[in-house]
Amino acid sequence: MGTDLRVPLGALFGVLGLLLTAYGAATLGQPGTEPTGVPINLIWGIVLVAFGLWMLLLARRARHASKV
Amino acid sequence: MTTLHWIDYAIMLLYFAFVLGIGAMLRRYVHTSEDFFLSGRSIPAWVTGLAFISANLGAQEVIGMGASGAKYGIATSHFYWVGAIPAMVFVGLFMMPFYYGSRARSVPEYLKLRFDEKTRGLNAVSFAVMTVFSSGISLYAMGKLLNLLLGWSFDASILVAGGIVLGYIFLGGLTSAIYNEVLQFFLIVFGFAPLVFLGLRDVGGWAGLSARLAGVATGNGYAPGAYTRSWAFMGHASANPVGVEWFGLVMGLGFVLSFGYWCTDFLVVQRAMAANSMTAARRTPLIAALPKMMFPFLVIIPGMLAMAVSSTSSVRQTRVAPAAQVAPAVATAPGVTPTPSEPGASEPRPGIVPPKLDTRTGQPLRDARGRVVLDYDLATPMMLVHFFPAGLLGLGLTALLASFMSGMAGNVTAFNTVWTYDLYQSYVRPGAADSHYLAMGRFATVFGVAVSIAAAYVAASFNNIMDFLQLVFAFVNAPLFATFALGMFWPRATGHGAFAGLVSGILAAAAHHGLSLPAGAHVGVKGGYLGVVTTYPSELAQTFWTAIVAWVTCFVVTILVSLVTRARAPDELRGLVYGLTPKPSDDVKRWYERPGPLAVIVLTLTVGLNLIFF
Repeated sequence: MGTDLRVPLGALFGVLGLLLTAYGAATLGQPGTEPTGVPINLIWGIVLVAFGLWMLLLARRARHASKV
Repeated sequence: MTTLHWIDYAIMLLYFAFVLGIGAMLRRYVHTSEDFFLSGRSIPAWVTGLAFISANLGAQEVIGMGASGAKYGIATSHFYWVGAIPAMVFVGLFMMPFYYGSRARSVPEYLKLRFDEKTRGLNAVSFAVMTVFSSGISLYAMGKLLNLLLGWSFDASILVAGGIVLGYIFLGGLTSAIYNEVLQFFLIVFGFAPLVFLGLRDVGGWAGLSARLAGVATGNGYAPGAYTRSWAFMGHASANPVGVEWFGLVMGLGFVLSFGYWCTDFLVVQRAMAANSMTAARRTPLIAALPKMMFPFLVIIPGMLAMAVSSTSSVRQTRVAPAAQVAPAVATAPGVTPTPSEPGASEPRPGIVPPKLDTRTGQPLRDARGRVVLDYDLATPMMLVHFFPAGLLGLGLTALLASFMSGMAGNVTAFNTVWTYDLYQSYVRPGAADSHYLAMGRFATVFGVAVSIAAAYVAASFNNIMDFLQLVFAFVNAPLFATFALGMFWPRATGHGAFAGLVSGILAAAAHHGLSLPAGAHVGVKGGYLGVVTTYPSELAQTFWTAIVAWVTCFVVTILVSLVTRARAPDELRGLVYGLTPKPSDDVKRWYERPGPLAVIVLTLTVGLNLIFF
């Protein structure tokens, strides 16, 4: 009904991912940010951004498809 | 106590804003009561499918499965690979045609159409009471956990969480709950996946985890693989940490309890009823089963890891140990109790699960053999604060909050529908305008949340009352699947038969529980109050067998009473019973989108998972 859920889904994870990526990049190498030696904030932030963009892309495609 | 950074709060606030924003956005689509309670039956299958598992993905799931993972190991996966998945396939393939096809607006309403008023009334009243109390119990668990972990105020935690859930359901009804459940689903996946990744990396992968848990297993008197193999030790109840043998497991958990929950509980079935077509409704549980079968990796493995990682692992050397910070908060008398993270604690042992403390003395509780009892419910939360740095910790805690809220929202939306359609419209005020019922639905949402919050406070002050209530709920639920199975597949089953079967099943459950006791337990809420006739090796074994007894009693009594009461004409049962209903046709193009092939794929993968961890 009405709204494609993938739009808010993509927006939420896109913004969350950007926030985490930026924070991860800013605190890179600082003590306590790399459990088991992995810069996990940075990596996971990028994963979230990718997921968000993918959702937005799917929503965009669906919108175009329904217009045709 | 763990202190959060601004980034953690920012992530949480962002999520809350989105959740409420979705409710506000969907408000303009809610015009009728059907929009509010059933989303106008207009939601695509992938959305209802994810909501189907997310509504069940409450605190009991995330915290409870982590706790069971710590306690029982990979055998906890039976709750998924023997329990949930086969039941979800069954409800999708065989039962959804009647739920969706009968145009019933709720599960109790199906009972009314198929049987009679009294059967519906019994189910509606017990379901309405159970849902609000369940949501109260999980609210209480959340408030207690946040207080323990982060030092947040119990009152503020439950009022804010309850308020947010109320806000988005009040505005957008079931659609809002379902949309947010999908959001919550992905949040839980993305919040917990890095935990499994970091944890497994820390212990050296699955092989490292197995090696470390072998030590725990032999220490507890089991074979080395008892925590990392799901079937190998199920031959005898004494050989595995679950304390159940394969027959009780397959029949009690797999057949009676899981089918009873996934096939009859309106909380989950409501999601499928909101689907936009019959095929979408049937595909809902099947689509849900695909991610569901992967959930053991997400929720059980963190619990197992909590028993295996050492509190002095590499994580502690690189950052201020959160485990050490949490420990004093866990203890009611800080400094008195040896905590696992204190060097030189009197009983060194692997894992980061803290001991359960006596609320009066502040000392760790000990079992009959004098060993420290662990507070398994803290397994997953301890993993979060142990492994996640600021930033990711915010995401992990938001995922935890999301699981609490999705569980509560599921309960509240199911409650407001059953209350409005099955109780209010049926018994209090029939025949009013639709707008009246829409307003009542919104009122019931406020009422449901308010009662949940009140129940959370009752749980906080009288822990025993909640144990007792959960016991009563278990009795009420155990026989349900027999009633539905006979109703859907045996045209001869009558209303009198169904009602008599349900009541006798509930009584049989209570009687069996009252006559049996798990080993080492005291007579009381754990059973034995009618005299101890038999003992079980574990509480779960007792639960499974209670369910089996209730189911068989209900099944037999329903058949016997049906045979001596007057059956309904086949014409009246069209669309309600198998054999009298035209086979549903599929409206999807690709073969793998059809319910049948999808079910085969799901079951094949499930068998595969069972074999991998055999």
